[in-house]
Amino acid sequence: MTKTDALIPVEPTVPAELQGLVTLTSLDRIYDWGRRNSVWPMLFGLACCAFEMICTAASRFDFSRFGMEVMRASPRQADVMIVSGTVTKKMAGQVVRLYNQMAEPRYVIAMGACATCGGPFKEGYSVVSGVDKFLPVDVYIPGCPPTPQALLNGLIELQKKIDTESIRTARWYQKGPGESIPVPLLGPDLIDPRRTEEINLLSGAGTTKTAESQSQAEEPAHD
Amino acid sequence: MTEAPASVTLSDLAQRFPEWVSADGRPGYQGDVVTAGHLREIASALKTDFGYDLLSSVTAADYPVEELQDVIYHFSKSTGGQPLELKCRVPRGEPRLPSLVAIFPGAELQEREAWDLLGIRFEGHPDLRRILTWEGFEGHPLRKDWHEPYFNEEVKPFKDRWPNAKQQPAEQRTVLKDNLKFPPGFNPEGWLQQDDEALYQALKREAVDTPGLISDRIIVNLGPQHPSTHGVFRMAVLLEGETIVSLKPVMGYLHRNHEKIGERNSWIMNIPYTDRLDYITSMSNNFGYVTAVEKLTGVSVPERAEYLRVMMAELTRIASHLISIGFLLNDLGAFYTPSLYALKERELILDVFERVAGSRMMCNYFRFGGVAADLPPGEIERIRGLAFERLPRSVAELDRYLTDSEIVRARCEGIGILPPERALAQSVTGPLLRASGVAYDLRRADPYSIYDRLDFDVVVGRHGDVYDRYRVRLEEIRQSIRILQQVVDGIPEGPILAGKPAWSTRVPAGEVYGRVEGPKGELGFYLVSDGKANPYRYHVRAPCFINLTSLAGMCRGHKIADVVTILGSVDITLGEVDR
Repeated sequence: MTKTDALIPVEPTVPAELQGLVTLTSLDRIYDWGRRNSVWPMLFGLACCAFEMICTAASRFDFSRFGMEVMRASPRQADVMIVSGTVTKKMAGQVVRLYNQMAEPRYVIAMGACATCGGPFKEGYSVVSGVDKFLPVDVYIPGCPPTPQALLNGLIELQKKIDTESIRTARWYQKGPGESIPVPLLGPDLIDPRRTEEINLLSGAGTTKTAESQSQAEEPAHD
Repeated sequence: MTEAPASVTLSDLAQRFPEWVSADGRPGYQGDVVTAGHLREIASALKTDFGYDLLSSVTAADYPVEELQDVIYHFSKSTGGQPLELKCRVPRGEPRLPSLVAIFPGAELQEREAWDLLGIRFEGHPDLRRILTWEGFEGHPLRKDWHEPYFNEEVKPFKDRWPNAKQQPAEQRTVLKDNLKFPPGFNPEGWLQQDDEALYQALKREAVDTPGLISDRIIVNLGPQHPSTHGVFRMAVLLEGETIVSLKPVMGYLHRNHEKIGERNSWIMNIPYTDRLDYITSMSNNFGYVTAVEKLTGVSVPERAEYLRVMMAELTRIASHLISIGFLLNDLGAFYTPSLYALKERELILDVFERVAGSRMMCNYFRFGGVAADLPPGEIERIRGLAFERLPRSVAELDRYLTDSEIVRARCEGIGILPPERALAQSVTGPLLRASGVAYDLRRADPYSIYDRLDFDVVVGRHGDVYDRYRVRLEEIRQSIRILQQVVDGIPEGPILAGKPAWSTRVPAGEVYGRVEGPKGELGFYLVSDGKANPYRYHVRAPCFINLTSLAGMCRGHKIADVVTILGSVDITLGEVDR
C-alpha cells in the first residue's frame, strides 16, 4: 500500500464497495446543483403579469416541480425577484429598495414586455422603460403577459444560468462590499442619483425644446 | 326598478333653477351646464328632491381653444334609470369649483384625480392632494398642452411609423435618452424628495377618538409591497394599540397613463388597452368600452354577437368572483389552499378565452358592432359542459367548504360593516353595494345588451359586512351560471359583426357616457369625440378606484389584522385603481 501512495491518480475513483453510495463531484457543481433547485421567488406582484405568476404557482403549472415552491413575501428570504409588471416611476424606488434588501446571491427576472422595456405603456409619462434601467436583469421573458409556460421556461433558463456559475467568479464571493443600487428619487420627474450631473447639465436648456430640435436635426440623416 | 326617462328630470331641474341651468348647446353634447357658484345647491336638490342619490362619476375635460375646462358629473338613481349629466365650465387659467364632498362623499377620490391630472381646484375639499402622480410632479398631465417626455405627435398613427416608416427609438427623441423630462434649470443635487408629511397630517386630522385607554398613536404603512394588498397598493394607518383610528389609501404605484395614451390612440387601438385596466376581467372592460363607443356611432350589434358578448362577460364575472373568494381566504390566513381551488376553475374559463380570443388574459375580443371571432367548432359544447356540469358543482364545493366554516364566520361576520346610506353616499357600486342591501345592478337598473331578456336575480346582502360580501359574490356566480345556461341554450346562428372588419372607425362628434356592470361595479367610459380618428377625451370610471372611498370608514375601529380582510372583501385590482 505504501508504495502505491505515491501513485494516487489525479482522477480519484470510488472503491468498488462504496460505489452507489459515494459520488464525487466538484465544489462548483454541487454548489450550483443546490442553488438551482431551491430558487425561492419573492412574493411580489406589480401588475397583470403577477396573475400569470400566481397561475404558474398554482396547481396546474406548479413551479414547485423546479424547487420554487416557497414564495417569500420578505425580500430577505428570497433568491429571485420576478419583476412581474409595469415599473412606474412612483414604484421604482421601492423596487430598487427591495432588490437592495435581498441577500446575495440574488437574481432578477424581467417578466413581460413592461418590465423588459416599458411595453405597451412605454410612451406614458410615469412608466420606467424597463427595469434594467436600475437593476441587473438575468432573464427577460417576452409576452404581454407571458403565459405560465413562458414563465416556466424563463425560470429554467435561470437555472441553466446558475449551472454555469463558479464560486471563484460569482460576483457575490469577491472581495469588497456587495453592490447596492442608489434609490431613485421622486422630483419633478424620476431622479436617478447616478445621473444627477447629466440631468443638471442637460436640464438647463429645457429638455423638450432641445429634444425636438435635436430630432429635427437628425431627420435629414435618416433620409 | 321602474325607468324614469332622464329628460323629465332634466327639464324639472331647468324649471326649478332657470337662471343657473342651461342645456349644453354643442352638437352631440348632452346634459346641462350649471353655473359653478350654484353647483352645491343644485347637487343637494338632486339628491334630496329628485332622488339622484349616487354620484356615479366626476371627471373633467380640457378645451384649450375655448380657454375652458369642463367638469362633468354623472348622477344616478339607486332605483334605476339613465344617468343625469351635469357640467360646469370653468376658465382654464383659474379652474376653481366648489367641492361636492360634503354632499356626495363619493367625490373625494375622483376630485383628487381631477386635480392631479387636470389641475382643477375643488374648494372645500378636505384633502386635495395629488393622487395618481406624486407630490412635486411637474404639471397636470391630462391637459392638452402637457407633453410627455417621449412625445411624438398628438395622435396615432404617428407619421414616422405610417406612412413614413422611419421610426426612431423613443429614447433618441429625448436629451436624457430616457423617459425623463425636467423643468429648465432644475438642479437635482441636494434634492430632497417630498416626504409624506401632508398624508400623515391628513391621517391625524381624520382620526376619531376611541373609548378606553389612551395610548400613543403610531403610523404604520402597509404596502406598496405587501403580500395582502393585491398589488402595489399602500395604506397608511394610524393605530392606537392595535385599533385603527384612521386610514388613508395611497395609490398611483401602477399609474400607467391609460387616459393620456387613450387620447393619443385611435378608437379601435384602445380596445387592447382596456384589457389591461382590470386585468382579471378583460372581457368586461372590452364590453364597457365598445358599449360606450357604439352609443356614439349608433351601430346595432347582431344577435349572435350580443349572445357571445354576454357569454364572455358572465364567464369573466365568474372568474373574477372566484379569484375574489379565493384570495379573501388568503387574506384570512388560509394561505393559498382555497385560492388553488378557485384558480383551478378559473383555468377552465381561461381555456375558453384562449380558444375563442387567442389569449388567456388579454382577450381583445370585442369590436365595435360585434366581436372579433366566432366560437371555434365544438366550443359551445365545452361551454355547455362548464355551465351545466362543472361550474355548478365547483361552486357547491366552495360553498360546502367555506360558507359555514367556523373560522370564516368568526373572522368575517360583523367586520367592516358598510351601511347602505353610506355606501350610496360614497358612490360604491358592484357586489360591495349589493352586500349592503341596495339592489343596484346595472344589468337591471339601466339594462344594456340582451340582459333585459334574461332571467336572473339581483343578489343582495343584509348586513353589509365582509361575510355578506363573500355570500353575495358566491351567489352571483350562481346567477351568472344561470345566465350562461340561458345564453348557451338560446344562442342564434348568424353574423358576429355589423359591417366589415375595419381598422379605423368613424365616430361622430359628441360626448357619451356608456356603462356596464363589471364584476367589480359600475364600469363607465366617458368619451368625447371631435369627429376625428381619435377620442378627444377618454375617461374611465373605474369601480375599484371609487369603491376604495369607503375603505377608511369600514376599517375604523377594527383591528389591524381585519384591515387585510376588509381590503380583500372590497376586491380591488390595481390596474384599474391606478389606470
